[in-house]
Amino acid sequence: MEFFELSAQEIARKVRAREVTALEVLESHLAHIAKVDGSPGRVGGDPQAEPDKIHAFITLTADRARKQAAAIDAQIAAGQDAGPLAGVPITVKDIFTVEDTPSTAASKILANFIAPYTATAVDRLEAAGAIVLGKVNLDEFTFGSSNESSAFQPAPRNPWNTDHVPGGSSGGSAAAVAAFEGAISLGTDTAGSIRLPAAYCGVVGLKPTYGRVSRYGLIAFGSSLDCPGPLSRTVADSALALQVMAGADPHDSTAANLPVPDYLAEMEKGVRGLKIGLSPDYFRITYMDSNGSLTEQPLPAAILQKVYDAAERLAAQGAEIVEGIAMPHTKFGIPAYFVISRVEAASNLHRYDGVKYGYRSPERSGDLRSLYRKSRAEGFGAQPKLRILMGMYVSAAQYSEQYYNRALKIRSLIRQDFDQAFTQVDALLTPSTPSPAFRMGGVFGDSVLMQYADQLLVTGNHAGVPGISLPAGLDEAGLPLGIHFFAPDYREDTLFRLGYAYEQATAAEAWRKVKPAL
Amino acid sequence: MSEEITPELFTHLVELAALELTAEEAEYLRKQLNNQLKAIHELQAIPLDPQTPAASHGVSYPPAASPALREDEILRHPNPARLLRTAPEVADGYIVVPEIPHQDLK
Repeated sequence: MEFFELSAQEIARKVRAREVTALEVLESHLAHIAKVDGSPGRVGGDPQAEPDKIHAFITLTADRARKQAAAIDAQIAAGQDAGPLAGVPITVKDIFTVEDTPSTAASKILANFIAPYTATAVDRLEAAGAIVLGKVNLDEFTFGSSNESSAFQPAPRNPWNTDHVPGGSSGGSAAAVAAFEGAISLGTDTAGSIRLPAAYCGVVGLKPTYGRVSRYGLIAFGSSLDCPGPLSRTVADSALALQVMAGADPHDSTAANLPVPDYLAEMEKGVRGLKIGLSPDYFRITYMDSNGSLTEQPLPAAILQKVYDAAERLAAQGAEIVEGIAMPHTKFGIPAYFVISRVEAASNLHRYDGVKYGYRSPERSGDLRSLYRKSRAEGFGAQPKLRILMGMYVSAAQYSEQYYNRALKIRSLIRQDFDQAFTQVDALLTPSTPSPAFRMGGVFGDSVLMQYADQLLVTGNHAGVPGISLPAGLDEAGLPLGIHFFAPDYREDTLFRLGYAYEQATAAEAWRKVKPAL
Repeated sequence: MSEEITPELFTHLVELAALELTAEEAEYLRKQLNNQLKAIHELQAIPLDPQTPAASHGVSYPPAASPALREDEILRHPNPARLLRTAPEVADGYIVVPEIPHQDLK
């Protein structure tokens, strides 16, 4: 087995035990990346270039990584503790700032931005010994579920079938982890942006509780919804990553001041006695048909079968399955999100003006307002423009009661669904997505249909509760399918217990042995 | 249903948003806005109790979970020149901008 195929837990153990150096592990990863990733995304790049490559990266920071690895090796040689992630190569979604590296948000408007500081989540991963390989691609400003909207082309492709999208917005993260380009990737989840690409790429994706991980240094989209979290190939690596990232931060007043449990120890406690709810409201989907009417239909049988199979396996280990949990406001998650996230996005995007940092239009005629307009017109792609316009409309004084305030009240009702459910059960088991990864070009351009891909996940962002997506096998076309759990606020430990138990219970399955053909 | 975002309203929004759009972009974006509003109108179907609170956050922040407020103190940035380096145009430690719209006072 090559070093790049090892889990984070295994790498850290070997590096700490001096069985291998951090530099050897890093070089193994860099050589593999050179083989499978192809050209990195760049502004004006050809979307169709090298269609059999992964294209996870925007910026590979190999020299910076080599310096970090050498420092870890020096620490270990000196007999010091190099941290629980000693020598583990990771990638970072290019929506986080990392000091002295380009931090682009996959937008032309930040293409030239070199961050003067490092995000707390990245800082803590590095302090624990992780080696940052570089920054990976995403939908522009995280606005999408496929990565096709990135201004940096070619966009990432799904390692299981490069004609398909990796999902989004943490698509570069999910593709990198699935393609063995780093054991862990740091992503963000505003409506499913960690968990959807994790499901599409067959990896583990955790959205922690809102406020469990600091947002300092995360380029903001929806400030009341954004959650940093890890993508990894194993549940243990997810627990390990959250362990070092979670906790209060003086730079983020919404980072909860609550103790961080020992997630790895909790993970192994088994599921005996846990009550797992199944809700019929997560077994059907709503979408807008070609006539513009909202239509409801049951989820594909292959996806539901994965959920029932997981329930049976966990029941066999002593969990109690409770069917018929009512979550009646689930189907309003996307319409409410269309309003709330756009208002927050519009507010956050006003800072990009061609003055303080980022892209400035070279057009010199006109006054300051003209500079704002031209810089924003040339720097933003279609999605940021769309979100600014919608956000301004639904929050305008004369419409806000009808739209924004109404959406916030419906957010309360979605939260109440969860509060009510968690009086009966410890967790909810749901499918991750209504379908496996769609083909590139299959949905892109239809902003409504694209958004509905998140409908089984976005409720967790409204409510703030944590969720985890787990790989659950492959469909008949060989594309990954995911299952998902929700737990109450700050109960990531429950998610890890369930995830680890499911991982153990399916360890002998044939699909666990299948890897993407890279 | 008639279009909620008419071309006139759209032009007004574009001005407020400090954007400029090509005709092609404008047509695409206006259509997407109207499509999204169709989905948003689903929210009208929910009977709302007037007592339902508006939730600006999902997770509540009881005092026990809230970080203590920091002291209100000035912290000097260790390297302001570095922050200025991110600006597109700088002269003598100032950020340069074109003329700011103004009226001369008599």
